[in-house]
Parts: sequence; structure tokens; C-alpha cells
Amino acid sequence: MSTKKPRWTAVCKIGDILPGTGVCALVEDHHVAVFRLGEDGFYAIDNIDPRSGASVLSRGLIGNLGEHLVVASPLYKNHFDLRTGACLEAPEHSVRAHRVQVRGEAVFVSLSTLS
Amino acid sequence: MKIVLVGHGMVGHKFLEALRQLQFPAADVTVLGEEPRTAYDRVHLSDFFAGKTAEDLSLVEPGFFADTGFDLRLNSRAAAIDRRAKTVTTQDGVTLSYDKLVLATGSYPFVPPVKGSDRGQCFVYRTIEDLEAMKEASAISRKGVVVGGGLLGLECAKALRDLGLETHVVEFAPRLMAVQVDDDGGRILRSKIEALGVQVHTERNTLEITDGRQARHRMVFADGSHLETDMIVFSAGIRPRDELARQNALAVGARGGIAIDDQCRTSDPDIYAIGECAAWRDQTFGLVAPGYEMARIAARQLAGEAGAVFAGADMSTKLKLMGVDVASIGDAHGRTPGCRSFRYTDECKQIYKKIVVSADGKHLLGAVLVGNADEYGTLLQMALNGIALPEAPEFLILPAGDGKARPGLGAHELPDSAQICSCNNVSKEQICTAVAEGATSIGEIKACTQAGATCGGCVPLVTQIMKAEMAKLGMAVTDHLCEHFPHSRQELYHLVRVGGIRSFDELLARHGRGLGCDICKPTAASIFASCWNDFVLKGELASLQDSNDYFLGNIQKDGSYSVVPRMPGGEVTPDGLIAVAQVAKKYGLYTKITGGQRVDLFGARVEQLPLIWEELIAAGFESGHAYGKSLRTVKSCVGSTWCRYGVQDSVGLAVELENRYKGLRAPHKIKFGVSGCTRECAEAQGKDVGIIATERGWNLYVCGNGGMKPRHAELIASDLDKTALVRLIDRFLMFYIRTADRLQRTSTWRDNLEGGLDYLKAVLIDDSLGIGDELERQMQHVVDTYQCEWKTAVTDPGVRRRFRSFVNDPQPDARIVFVEERGQIRPARADERVPALAATAELST
Repeated sequence: MSTKKPRWTAVCKIGDILPGTGVCALVEDHHVAVFRLGEDGFYAIDNIDPRSGASVLSRGLIGNLGEHLVVASPLYKNHFDLRTGACLEAPEHSVRAHRVQVRGEAVFVSLSTLS
Repeated sequence: MKIVLVGHGMVGHKFLEALRQLQFPAADVTVLGEEPRTAYDRVHLSDFFAGKTAEDLSLVEPGFFADTGFDLRLNSRAAAIDRRAKTVTTQDGVTLSYDKLVLATGSYPFVPPVKGSDRGQCFVYRTIEDLEAMKEASAISRKGVVVGGGLLGLECAKALRDLGLETHVVEFAPRLMAVQVDDDGGRILRSKIEALGVQVHTERNTLEITDGRQARHRMVFADGSHLETDMIVFSAGIRPRDELARQNALAVGARGGIAIDDQCRTSDPDIYAIGECAAWRDQTFGLVAPGYEMARIAARQLAGEAGAVFAGADMSTKLKLMGVDVASIGDAHGRTPGCRSFRYTDECKQIYKKIVVSADGKHLLGAVLVGNADEYGTLLQMALNGIALPEAPEFLILPAGDGKARPGLGAHELPDSAQICSCNNVSKEQICTAVAEGATSIGEIKACTQAGATCGGCVPLVTQIMKAEMAKLGMAVTDHLCEHFPHSRQELYHLVRVGGIRSFDELLARHGRGLGCDICKPTAASIFASCWNDFVLKGELASLQDSNDYFLGNIQKDGSYSVVPRMPGGEVTPDGLIAVAQVAKKYGLYTKITGGQRVDLFGARVEQLPLIWEELIAAGFESGHAYGKSLRTVKSCVGSTWCRYGVQDSVGLAVELENRYKGLRAPHKIKFGVSGCTRECAEAQGKDVGIIATERGWNLYVCGNGGMKPRHAELIASDLDKTALVRLIDRFLMFYIRTADRLQRTSTWRDNLEGGLDYLKAVLIDDSLGIGDELERQMQHVVDTYQCEWKTAVTDPGVRRRFRSFVNDPQPDARIVFVEERGQIRPARADERVPALAATAELST
């Protein structure tokens, strides 16, 4: 993680994300999947599915597998941890997780840098 | 090493496969095949008349000869061998030298020496050419006779019946399948076969065939009676093709066949013989499994494995003759001194079962099963492995009473070495190893071990072993849907229906735990839709849908979607086609005609979907539900409206049915077909619901499938009028929706249905569960509450605004890039997409 001060980008209003689903936001030219789990759990990971190269992870179904909060890729159904971006089935296909903040009605995302 | 293989039948080809598997690099192999085609599946020859083609029956995977470098010569009969010069000469005069010669010449059909058996329209049943000749003759025949009531004869009778002939079987012995089945079993078998419309004449010795009066031939029998027929097929046994051996002074068996030793070598150590042409200890084998074993032994011997020996073969068989199960194990006739038997006969259900046990009552020696052979796998393993019998062995074959479980054979009782699949010689140990290496479905087990891949008789046992091993390794084998619900899909359906549950949160709160996942959410959404039929994107329901249902399109590999407008029955007007074409052109979509008789438009980005659908809806189209686990299409032929052969309006019915069931959510997709006559141009028998017109109405077939594992649909009712037909389909679909597992097509559901077809018929036709009215009512509710999802979606601003690539930017997803191919778009490959990828380069500050 960078030690620089995080840059926050406002991506949408809370109401733009139906509870239990995700959206894709453009953050500094990056495709970021932002999920809303239940009413007030917000998570962000890369939107690009490493296995297919398609920008689709925000369109996956979310829920939990054991301890992990996950999204299932809509293409090949592999699961990504919403908090860490780790791919549970194939760690080499893991993605990055990004920070999310809700201020008032607005949802903000701050990209994590490559480690 | 120069190897010449004479004969490219099932065993010959297995030998080649074994050579390839052994990666025998020094082998320079030439194959001489007498027939004009490569090896095909003779075991399933009668399927040729049930619609399979010669290609379907082929055993040779595409590219086999190119990959292996084996030199195949068809239409090449080996005419002579010169053992001293070590050469083979074909009938065309081509001479090949060999280091090792392998004879896999098979056998020929035995035609009894009856006067007149060489008349026209008399056939044998061995090759595809024989079948083609029979097919031709059947077109000008009304009646057909099979001489021989053995295993092959009955297969052949099925073929004649499938060709639409009045079919008779003439057998010399007092019963059918005299080798495998005893008198009582033969009696039940006979009545079952006769109930299927085949007339059986036993104890008939044919003396002569002469001109008939009403038909082409008259068969005159020794008892003075006669039978007239238009065509005759001889299927009175087979004889080994050992003439090459006899010409060259190789030893032959006492009853014919090329004599071989345990290494499959003939009396000339450079010549091997395998399969039906070979005699091992004076015994020839007319089954494919021993032939396959010899093929593997010979290949291993040639590759230098001196330890590979043929140790005889178990001749137990299980087969389905015209839908009748028949099985025979070991000493079926009880010829072992001192042995005793248990028998069970049910003349109502036409079932006969017998087990033969040793004098001390401890071991199973043999069995006969007719009408129902469910116990075959268990009994065979008990006999082969000498497993101790339970105290009361009669319960092995008696029907289970009071819900008590049958004393089965636990998979754990089998030794690791037990041969489970005799066709492909797969042991229990190999199956367990496959499970440990990650194969956890029967399909994966088949793929990596070949167990159950030939005749399929051992599949139930393979499944049992797989599940037991999975349990042993701590893998989950419950029917629980997922970690969130300790229930099967069927139980959840019931809970939703009875509890009036309409939301996932309520379902989770009352019957589950956790947050849900990509398994249970879409399952719940599908159950809600089947029960209550609300708009699938309404409120919370939207969050349960798989991407396809959420965007009402089929997601493609690049994240774009395909669009399929409904064209009921495959009927579309020129204006409709123009409208579809205009949309495709405007949005630059790739167009393809689907197998379900409609048009698929590919390459739409999410933000384009509502625009595309608005235009399609304006042109009169509705959602085709190509994205849903729901009714897809009702395929039809043009039927009596246009076709000179059609007997009913198949398109009219197809349109009506498609409109009735469109939008119906189910455990998996559902496809229909309607054919206007028996020629079956709509391929209805390959569909979940197939309807074929008759002169008097409609025949209904269910649970067919094309795709990965083709399965012919089964007839459940004939000559129905439309009202009765629709009622039966209503019941069928709702019963399937109520009881199937998640993602289980009707064909697999049917294969796993306890009680099988009889049970299904009882529920649907006789209403044995008393739920017929309820099922019809539930279906009517779905029909009455249908809505075009796309129409609702485009008119609902809340839903519509979800169709965009980015929540914070109106621009399209630049990663979706197309290139042109054959005048249309296709997704760019990674290397072609580089410029686009550069635009969204990874951030690396």
C-alpha cells in the first residue's frame, strides 16, 4: 500500500446501487466494481475478471462462502473475496480490493496501488 | 516393428487404441479392413433404425489415424498369409510384410442349412451394409421374420419393428435367449416381448423356404405348420472367421476359432488372434468385453509386457431389449453340483428374478433377472468377488416392503481389485483414485477412467462407489443446495409454496443461514417465479438473478450480451425479419440462426440492450427468454399446411404451445419440438417435450435431450386431442419444476426418477398422487400472469437506468472490441485488443 494520502473519487449515490448488487465505476480510468451487500455494506474490487479479461465482476452475484464475503464471476463462476480481492479457486487470478467510504448519500472509492 | 492388423471392427480398433495408449514408439502399423468403413459400434447396431447414422455409431475419434500415423486400408480383405516369408496378401494382390501379425477377423452370421435360404429378401444382421439392405427391403415389405431368438435375434426384431414391419421371431429352442435365461425367465421375457407387438414362435425347426401365397416367402416348419413373410433375417448365432488360420495350418479350437494361448498368441508365435475369431481353451467369446481384454493383452505383449495374460472372461450380461431389462450372471442355469436357488415371479408386473447360491448357502453363483435388473450390479459383484451372502439371501431379489431398504452391497464391502466396469476393465481402486484426484461427478469419472462409458450397465454401482469414496474423503454428498440451506431444491420449492414465501430474506430467515450465494439466490428466484410469477427484476428479486436474468440477455466471453427475440414455432414474417435485420444493422450486431429456429444477435453492450429491445418490441417482438432457465423454443416442421406428408398442423400447435409456456421458469431450460408426421423433421424426440402428429391426434414424448448426452424422449401417451395434450404437458412441466434438482434437465431428472417411466406415467396420466388438478391450476396461474420482461423493463425507469456500463460515466466499455470476420463482427482476441487495453492501462503509481 502507498503511504501517500489516498485520493477519493465520488462514484455514485447510495441509491444508485440496489442492495445485494454491484455497479461498475470509472475511477481514474480504472474499472472498479462497487458492491452493496445488504443495506450498508460497501466493497470495491477491480471489475476486470482476470480469467476472461472482460469487465464484468460487478455483474456477479454476491453473498458469502464460509467466512468470505464473495462475488461470483458471471462468466466462469470463480469467487473473489470482496475484502481482499483474492480469488478463492485460483489465487493467481486474484484482483485488487479498493477502499470505499460513504459520506452522507455519496459513495467514494480510493484505488489501492499495486503492491 | 512392423505390425499388420487384419480386421478393423470393435476389437481391432480397441487394439489400436491400446497401442496408442502404450505409446509404443517402435510400432509401424498397417490395418486391413474388409468393410468400406472404419470401426463402428456393433453392440448398438439396432440404433441405426432408431435414427442413428453410420457416423453416430463410429468408434473412431476424428483425426485418430492422422495422429497415430497408423496406415488404414479399407475395402482390403486379407486373402492369404505366407508364414515363412511373413507376408499378408490382400484380395487386390497387395503384399505387406510383417514382424507381428494380429488377426481380428471377427465372426460371420450362421445361416442354418435350410433349403431356400438363398432366396431374395433374406438377410443376415452384422454390418451396416446388411442394415442398409434390410432398410431398403422393408420399404416394400409388410411382414418380417427373424430366425433366432437369442440376444442378437431380439435386437434384430427390435430393428424390424422400428422399421414398421409386423415382426415375428422364430426360435428352434423352447424359449427365448436360451443361453442366458431359464424356462421361467424365458416365459416372462416372451410375454413382455409379445406385449410389444412381436410374435414369438418357439420350438420351430425351419425345413424349407418356398414361394408364399399372401407374401413373398413361406417358411415351412418340421411340425407341418408354416408362416408367410416378405423378408427374413437370419440371426441364429455367429461362427468365428478362422479361415486364414485353417489355410495356413494354424491350430484351431475344438469348436472352431483360432486357438490362442494366455498371451493371445496362435500356434505361430508371430501371429496373434483377438476377439470373436479367437478360441481360448477351446472357448470362443461372442461378447465385446472379452474381445477388448484380448486386444489390450495383445497390445501389451507386443509392447514387451510379458506379464500381460488373458485369464478368461466373465460372460455375465445385462441388456435392454425393446425396453425390457434382461440380465444373466454366472451359473444362471444352476449347473453347479449341489447348488440351490431362490426365485421370485411377479406375473402382474412381469418380473422374474432368480439367484443361484452355493451348496453351503454362503456364496452367489449366478442369477437371472427379467423385467427389472436393478440388482444386476450388486449381484454381479457378489458373484465375482465371492462376497459372503447375507443371512436371508432371498431379500436380495424380493421387492422392498414397508419402506425397508434392500440388503444391498455396500461399496465398502468390495475389494479394491473388484472389476466394476467389465467393458473397459476398470477396478474399484481406479475409481477411488479418480475421486481422490478430483472427479466428483459421474461424467468426470467416465471421462478419466472410462468406467461406464461403453454399455453403461455399471453406472449405478460406479456412482455408489464414487459417493462412498467422496464421503470417506470428507467431501459433501448431501443433497443440500449449498451451505446456506440444509434442504434440496425440491424441499425448498415445497417450503416456498406452502409457506407463501415471496422474498429471499424471508426464505433465509425461516429456513437458511448466512447471506446466500450464487447457487441459492438464482435457485430461489427461479422457485419464486415458478410459484408466484412476479416480474423477475421487481425490487429485491433483481438482486437474486444471475447476470443473464439481470440483464435479460446471454452474457458472452467479452462481457457483451446476445439478444434473441421470440419467434414462436420458428414462424416469422418477412416484415419481422426486416425489422430484426434493421436492428442488427443499426447496432452492428453479429447475427446467427439458432438451432431453435430463431435469430440470435450478438455483441450488444449493456447500455444498448434497452434501445435494441424498444425497437424490437415496436416491431411486435417479445423476449425470447434465451437467457433464462425457462422455456426456450418450440421447434416445428411446416406440417400439413404445406407438406405433402404432414397429417396435422404442427406449426399451429407449436405457436400455441410456445405462447402458452413462454416465460415459465424451471430448474433448467426447456425445449419443445412438434412434428407434423412420423418423419419427425422437427426432431421432437430429442427435446424435453416432443409431440409427433398421428392420423388421430398427437403422440407425446418426454424427457429427451440433444446436447452433451443425447437421450431419446419416451412416449407417454398416444393419439391425444389438443385439450388432453395440453393438460398432460401442464402436469408434466409442473411436476418437473416441483421435484427436479437445480440445473437438472428433464432427461437427467427422468434417469434419476425412482420408479422410472411407469411411475411418471402413473403420476401424470393416472393421477396416482392426486395432484393432477393442483399442477394444472398452478400452470394456469403462470400462463395467466405472463408478461414480456423486456416490455416491463424498458418502461420502468428504475430498472432501465441499471443498463449502463459505468455508474458514473455514460461512455461505453472500451474493452469490448470487435474485429471483422466473414463480413460480420466477432470479439477481438487479446492480441488484437492491445490498443484498447493500452487505453485502460494498469495504474502503477
